[in-house]
Amino acid sequence: MSLFDWFANRRKSDPISHEQQEREISDGLWTKCEACSVLTYTKDLRANQMVCPECHHHHRVDSNERIRQLIDRDTWMPINEQIRPQDPLKFRDRKPYSDRLREYQDKTRLLDAVQTGLGEMDGFPVVLGVMDFSFMGGSMGSVVGEKLTRAIEYATLKRLPAIVVCTSGGARMQEGMLSLMQMAKISAALERHREARLLYVPILTHPTMGGVTASFAMLGDLIISEPKATIGFAGRRVIEQTLRQKLPDDFQSAEDLQKHGFVDAIVPRTQLKSTLVRLVRLHQPQEEETATHLIPLPHSLPIGMTGTTQG
Amino acid sequence: MTQTKPRQPLLLDFEKPLVELEERIQQIRDLAAESGDGVDVSEQIRQLEARAAQLRQEIFRSLSPAQRLQLARHPRRPSTLDYIQAIGDDWMELHGDRVGSDDPALVGGIASIDGRSVVMLGHQKGRDTKDNVARNFGMASPGGYRKAMRLMEHANRFGMPILTFIDTPGAWAGLEAEHQGQGEAIAYNLREMFRLDVPIICTVIGEGGSGGALGIGVGDRLMMFEHAVYTVATPEACAAILWKDAGKAPQAAEALKITAWDLKELGILDRILPEPMGAAHSQPVEAADILKKAIVQTLAELDRMSAQERRQMRYQKFRRIGVFLEPSNGSGDGDR
Repeated sequence: MSLFDWFANRRKSDPISHEQQEREISDGLWTKCEACSVLTYTKDLRANQMVCPECHHHHRVDSNERIRQLIDRDTWMPINEQIRPQDPLKFRDRKPYSDRLREYQDKTRLLDAVQTGLGEMDGFPVVLGVMDFSFMGGSMGSVVGEKLTRAIEYATLKRLPAIVVCTSGGARMQEGMLSLMQMAKISAALERHREARLLYVPILTHPTMGGVTASFAMLGDLIISEPKATIGFAGRRVIEQTLRQKLPDDFQSAEDLQKHGFVDAIVPRTQLKSTLVRLVRLHQPQEEETATHLIPLPHSLPIGMTGTTQG
Repeated sequence: MTQTKPRQPLLLDFEKPLVELEERIQQIRDLAAESGDGVDVSEQIRQLEARAAQLRQEIFRSLSPAQRLQLARHPRRPSTLDYIQAIGDDWMELHGDRVGSDDPALVGGIASIDGRSVVMLGHQKGRDTKDNVARNFGMASPGGYRKAMRLMEHANRFGMPILTFIDTPGAWAGLEAEHQGQGEAIAYNLREMFRLDVPIICTVIGEGGSGGALGIGVGDRLMMFEHAVYTVATPEACAAILWKDAGKAPQAAEALKITAWDLKELGILDRILPEPMGAAHSQPVEAADILKKAIVQTLAELDRMSAQERRQMRYQKFRRIGVFLEPSNGSGDGDR
């Protein structure tokens, strides 16, 4: 084969291999990074917890994947799984809310935008809530509010740390004021958890906005964020429209929030579980110590002060 | 805009037929007075006045949510400071969040009501354009919510009841507000207001807009004036997001269920305060009187409970809110 033929053949075969590549992407065999466009074998990407090995972009993960990443195998016990959303306002925009709910339930196989349960992290029991952005943008309505409240109440009762992975566009408009009031309801449960001197850590992931930011996302004893997550109260576009000015690129990024004092640590997903385990371990109740501090027992007095002879 | 009479209220569309009728009555009166030849028009006037009263009642009873929203935003509607000064004695405004700012969009201070010291605070809209710019149209910054919390802590320390007045389109959306932690400031208030021992009464006097309203809205009782609204997002924003068309705001106002009656039905609101005929802005003194009576009465109810009972009740009040289905008990409510 002459060099010319080789080139001709190569050109002919090019489109085919290209098509094949596209097919493999759509099969999910390969995943193209949204940030750096590098193709990664999906299995490898999953093994790396959906973090691009090239540029460290954190791809979105659903709640099931998130639970797999954080909770020890075979220790996850979901609670209040059967709570379903209703359509109390008979809300209808361009489409009835009840139809929307059904579509998202079919698409995600979830009943609403949060999963809650009890599980272990390296053997430490924790109560975990995980929001799911793929269900109506992780929006918070009655079900999200009720499930998180019950999870936090359960954590208070069992004296366990509570961890909530946040991702949400904010309150769900289709449930009107019922959604807004969930912010107060969850905050009330957190107040009791806090009063019981228990640890609560929200994990802020991309994006965490609106009513979720203005309630449980910002109420952590410690607040952890994934790198480059967008976190804010008002949406960027809303602010740009009201101020009529372009906002800096890093505005409302996790790094920007940390700079202004609202995030304790930015932790890459690949180190998230080990970091949480470390924090939970550091916050284990040290009962012996508190007991001796609070109630000095008579026999703990230094011997010299009791007046007995020391030989 | 030029005004012929100093106290003429700004007119909303649905008020026009009523005002036309009232102008006619006045014309007849003037004519009778001018001619002065003893033409008795009193019967005619009485009939017209009866019709006007009936028309007024019909109009205000059948207002759409969008029309109520207009009333709630009426530029002449009494503001927080108007009510505070009308119902309280010895009012002294207090300033500052003690971490670097004093927000004019959220005001507060101490006063006494019927001889009892209270802390009062609320969103403050402006009375005219210039004032509104200074007050940022009642859209509070993080410093406003922190000032509110500081004053509430003060009330708690000295055993004074807390009265909050809600009247805001929403918390301020700006670069500085985000950098100062708008979300954190509101969230903190939501949690801490559940911790306070003193009675807390929250009243929506005009526009209750989203998290910015809720940030001073956790209490033992939630009251609302009959033409006030309380909404998860402004109908304009909701229409822009869900309908992709801000012009659909009236439909959004309808769908979002923002009126006092809607919120009563949803189990969110405790008490609707009736407004004087023609809404609060046409008879502000009467409106303040209605508010004061309701506050005094509600405070007396709350006084009969211990601090612990009130906190427990406050928790349960919010704990119950929400509508969902749980197959095990088939209940459609949050009552488990």
